[in-house]
Parts: sequence; structure tokens; C-alpha cells
Amino acid sequence: MSCGSKSGASCGSGGACGCATGRGDVIDDARRAFLRGATATAVTTLAAGVTLYSFGAEPAAARGPDEKVTSKVRWGLLIDASKCGDGCSACVTACQTENGWRDTGHPETDAQWIRKLTVNNPKNGATFSLPMMCQHCADPPCVDVCPTGASFKRADGIVLVDKHTCIGCRYCMMACPYKARSFIHEPLEDQKPHAPRGKGTVESCTMCVHRVDEGRIPACVEACNDTAGGAMLFGDLNDPLSEIAKRVAAFRTTRIRADLGCNPGVYYRNI
Amino acid sequence: MARIAYQKLEDHSPLFWGLLALHGAIVLAGLGAAYVMEHRGHIVTGMDNQIVWGMPHVFAVFLIVAASGALNVASVSSVFNRPEYKPYARLSGLLAIALLVGGLAVLVLDLGRPDRLIVAMTTYNFKSIFAWNIYLYIGFLAVVAAYLFAMMDRRASRSSLLGKTVGGLAFVWRLILTTGTGSIFGWLVARETYDAAIMAPLFIAASLLYGSAFTVLVLATLGRLMRHDLMTDEIAGKLRGLLAIFALAVLYFTAVHHLTNLYASGHQGVERFLLLEGGIYTAVFWVGQILVGSVLPLAALAARRFGRSRAAITIASALFLIGGLAQMYVIIIGGQAYPLNLFPGMEVTSSFQDGQVARYNTSLPEILLGLSGLSIAMLVAGIALKLLPFLPRPARDQGAIPTAAA
Repeated sequence: MSCGSKSGASCGSGGACGCATGRGDVIDDARRAFLRGATATAVTTLAAGVTLYSFGAEPAAARGPDEKVTSKVRWGLLIDASKCGDGCSACVTACQTENGWRDTGHPETDAQWIRKLTVNNPKNGATFSLPMMCQHCADPPCVDVCPTGASFKRADGIVLVDKHTCIGCRYCMMACPYKARSFIHEPLEDQKPHAPRGKGTVESCTMCVHRVDEGRIPACVEACNDTAGGAMLFGDLNDPLSEIAKRVAAFRTTRIRADLGCNPGVYYRNI
Repeated sequence: MARIAYQKLEDHSPLFWGLLALHGAIVLAGLGAAYVMEHRGHIVTGMDNQIVWGMPHVFAVFLIVAASGALNVASVSSVFNRPEYKPYARLSGLLAIALLVGGLAVLVLDLGRPDRLIVAMTTYNFKSIFAWNIYLYIGFLAVVAAYLFAMMDRRASRSSLLGKTVGGLAFVWRLILTTGTGSIFGWLVARETYDAAIMAPLFIAASLLYGSAFTVLVLATLGRLMRHDLMTDEIAGKLRGLLAIFALAVLYFTAVHHLTNLYASGHQGVERFLLLEGGIYTAVFWVGQILVGSVLPLAALAARRFGRSRAAITIASALFLIGGLAQMYVIIIGGQAYPLNLFPGMEVTSSFQDGQVARYNTSLPEILLGLSGLSIAMLVAGIALKLLPFLPRPARDQGAIPTAAA
């Protein structure tokens, strides 16, 4: 690094650029400061890379079978709409494969845990595309209204339906602002053991809780990263060192219908 | 006041048995529909992931709201100390119970998992207004049953304090119950049609109207069965006045609800949908609820000479009930048909009918299940009338016959 000046007076305060000033103690201080800064930069960069590595493609720490879910963690998603291709449905297909729901030819009654929305501004024609699923709200209306408590929120922020106590009243579907829930209208076959479903009950995106508990990322995020535009990022919103928390802090993000005060756990960029 | 004589329904006319058979057949058909829905799933109904509450809920909420209002006559008699209503207080309480049982039966049979009723009765989330309503409904049945006991038991009925106390409790309970039923919709922040505190008083006004109309129709039907008029001229005149006031109250709250939404620019879309461009929902609102269900019966009641006749009150009551069903249809189904507003000001499309007005084609099983709720109510009332003395003896017989209770 060179400042191009023979006079230390032209350096920044403290001589942090390392130019000769004829004052040895100042030079030492400047070197120390430079080394500290360089080390901090390296650690920050590496930490981010490690975090991204953990949440983007490889498992985070798996939760032991006897280990309680903790509210120290809040799982969430960050979706960059600028990387989400209109017509790409890799996330939807992955979710179907992972959780066993599919198109049966009855679009009005088929379950859709995740769907692609195309949003158009009628005034200027600007269009964007994004995946929509359960927004895993911190204050979920579906949980508030459920008479039996079958709709519930785990301590780590994942909103689920207890299939054993859901009576199929559909009040949660009336209450959800995101139309994220589906009612099972027909008998089912070939269910996945990790995603039990049942006729007459309500279901929605589980944020692939079975994978998360194993330290893996949701199937939609994995598929988007592996085969599509890498628009989705999963991670712990409560961990300031996590990539998702840093990006949410660094960039302008939007949560859909944030005005309703439900505090969704899914953030969007570029919408 | 002179002691009032009561009687059981001792009619065995073809009309009585015909009505009993008709309601029995409808109940069986409704149970069959519920079995098919449970066995094959809700795919056999017109309900889907957009219109999640359909025709069964229209009937169920209508009957539950009417149940609370059917207690009007008893409440006026004991709480407001109007003795002219007293002869009809027992019937009023019975109708309240019967209508609530009918409405709840439909609600339960429509559940995705009706076999889990025991779960609904034992596992509660106390933040849910729905859970609160389960308590309110069961409590209402218990309080009105106690009220009937206080009115009908020979010893209990001697205590006017007991009657007033239980009657007062039932009155307060029914107001809370209908507030709760209205709040099932009023507390849904996600849907623009609802999300309004006025839903609670609107439902209370509707309950007063529907319940009074049911009372008039049941009294008129029983009068035909027994071949003498059970309504005195005095009570007919008072019911006529009450019906008119309640209908005007429903119109008032309906107008305020819509005007408030029209004023808020964010809700003008849903108002345009419901009032102008909503197709079937607009038609059902203007023709069903307003014209047939409000204006025509009010005009009938206001007519100078015809308005005071039994025919006018009976026809008006039938029209008010048709209007009530129309009102519930527009609120419940019309409110869901309008799409959720995920991106205000933007056009949204998806494979899940986002941004589209939902289509709803009601199915036969839904209609049968809904109608069966009404028939369950009428069967419960009819059988109870045969078993216990709920009915006043005709006015001309009062005093000439040994009394059953005071």
C-alpha cells in the first residue's frame, strides 16, 4: 500500500496507511492497526463463507433426538426475486417430491404447500416472480384462531399442524393472510413417512422441519441453489453471524403484508 | 296476573305427521350427505381451498344466530318484565335450544374430522374465539335449560327471583354468544370483507330478527296444527313492531359496515365487488337480502290494513328468514370469493387462483346437510312439544283450565 506522499502529514489520522513519518512508535501503531484490521476483515470474510457453506449446501448442526427446540434460533428464509425465474418451478417440484403432495387434476382442491406467484404492476408493466409458502409468522393468525391448538408454532419459529388434533374446521385457512394452507379433500396414498398427511385435515409448508432437525436445509432451498438461480437462502435470523441475518441487515428487504403485524419469517428482496 | 295454562301438542293430524316425516326424511338425507362427505372427502362438495366455508356454514351460522334471537320473547318477559310475553316464554326457550342444536349439528358434521369431536371438546386454545364459542354454545344450552326448568318446574316456578335471575343470565349469555359468533368473522384481519368490530352488533341485530321470525312462524304453524290461533292480537301486534325494529337495525348496521368500507380506499375494491360487480353475490345481496329479505317484508308490515293481519306477520317472517340466509351467504361465501390482497395495487396470478374471484358451485350434499340442521331443530322442537307442556292454551281457554304452572 502506498500513499504517494513523503510527508506523514498528508496521511490519514494515525498513519494507518503505513507511510514513513520518522516516528517509530507511530509506525508500530500503524502496523498493529493494519494487522488488526486485516485480521478482522479476514475473519469476517471467512465467517461469512463458513456460514454460507453451512446453510447453503451443507448441514447446519443437527438437533439431537432429546435436544429441545430452542427459541434462541429463529429459522427463516430470504428470497431474492431478481434471481427467481418466471416459469421456473424447481422449488415447487422439490417440495412435491420431498413431501409427497402432487397435482391430482383438481386445481381448486389440490394441496399446494408452495406456489409460484407472478406479480405485475398494471401501471408500468413491471413484473416479478416469487415463491409463496407459509410465511412462518412470529405471530401467526392461524395459530391464534385454531380452536384445538393443532396449529402451533415451534420455539424456533416453524409453524406446523398437529395432525392428531386437527379437526378440519378450516378456520386457520380463513385466517391466513397468505392463502398458505390447504385442506385435504380426498383420500391419500403413498405418503412420505416424514410428512404425514390425512384426509380432512389442514396442512402447509413445514419448512422441511424433518430436514432442519437433521441439520439439513429445506428441499426448496436446496433445489433452487443446485438447479436454479440460487434465489433462496435459509438460516437462523437470530444469529447475527448467519448469512441470512447479515443480508437482511445489509439489504432492503420486504415482508409480504407486513402491515398486518404478523412478523413473517420469510423475507423477500427486489420486489 | 292470572296463572297461565299450558299444554302439550296433542295433535295427530296428517299435517303434523306429514311435517314430522318430511323433517325426518331431510335429517336422514343430511346424515347420508355427511357420511358421503366423511367417506369420500370434501371433494364431493363445492368447497375448495378458496371457498373453505360453504353452504353448510351458511345454514349453521344462520341457525346459531337465530337460536340466540329465539330467546327474545322469554327475555322480554322476564328481564324486561312484560307479562304479555310470558305465555310464550317456554316455547321461546325451547326454540333457542332446538335451533342451536340444529346449527351445531351441521357445523360438527361438516368438519373434516367429525370423529374428533371429542378432541374439540377437550383440547382448547383459549386464544381462539372459536374455542370460546364452543364454551358459549354449551353454556347457552345449559343456561336455557336451567331457565326452562325455572319456568316449568312446579316448585321452582314459584320463585320469581329465580326466574328473573336465570332469565337475566340467559339474556346476558345470549348477547355474549352472538358477539362471539360475529367475532368469528370480525377478528379475521386477513380478509377485507370481515375485519370489522361492527360484525358483532350486526350479528346481534340479525339474531334478534331471525329469532323473532322463527318464533312467529312456529306459532303460526302450531296454530294451524291445533286449529286455533296461539297468538293473541296483542302479542301479534307487539311481534310485528319488534320485527320491524329488528329489520331496521340489521339494515342500519349493514349500511354502516358498507359505508365504512367505502370510505376506506383500501377496502373499496371489495365493496365494488360485493355491491356492484360480484355477480351472484351482488344479486343475492340486493335482491335476496335487501329487496326480498328487508324491503318487501317491511312494506308488508307497514301496510295500513294488511300489515296488522296474521298473514302479513307470517309472510314477513318467512321473507326475513330468506333474507337472513341471503345475508349469511353474502357474508360467508361472498367474503371468501374476493381474493386475498397479497400485493395491494398489483395484479397477481398463480396456479392457486391468486388474484382471481373464486368460483363456488354448491353441491347437493352441502344443501342437504344445511337443510338437515333446520329439520333437526324442528324435530327437536316438535318432539319436545309432544312430551312437555310448552304451549300456552288459547287465550279464550285461559282461566277455564287447571293450570300446569304459573
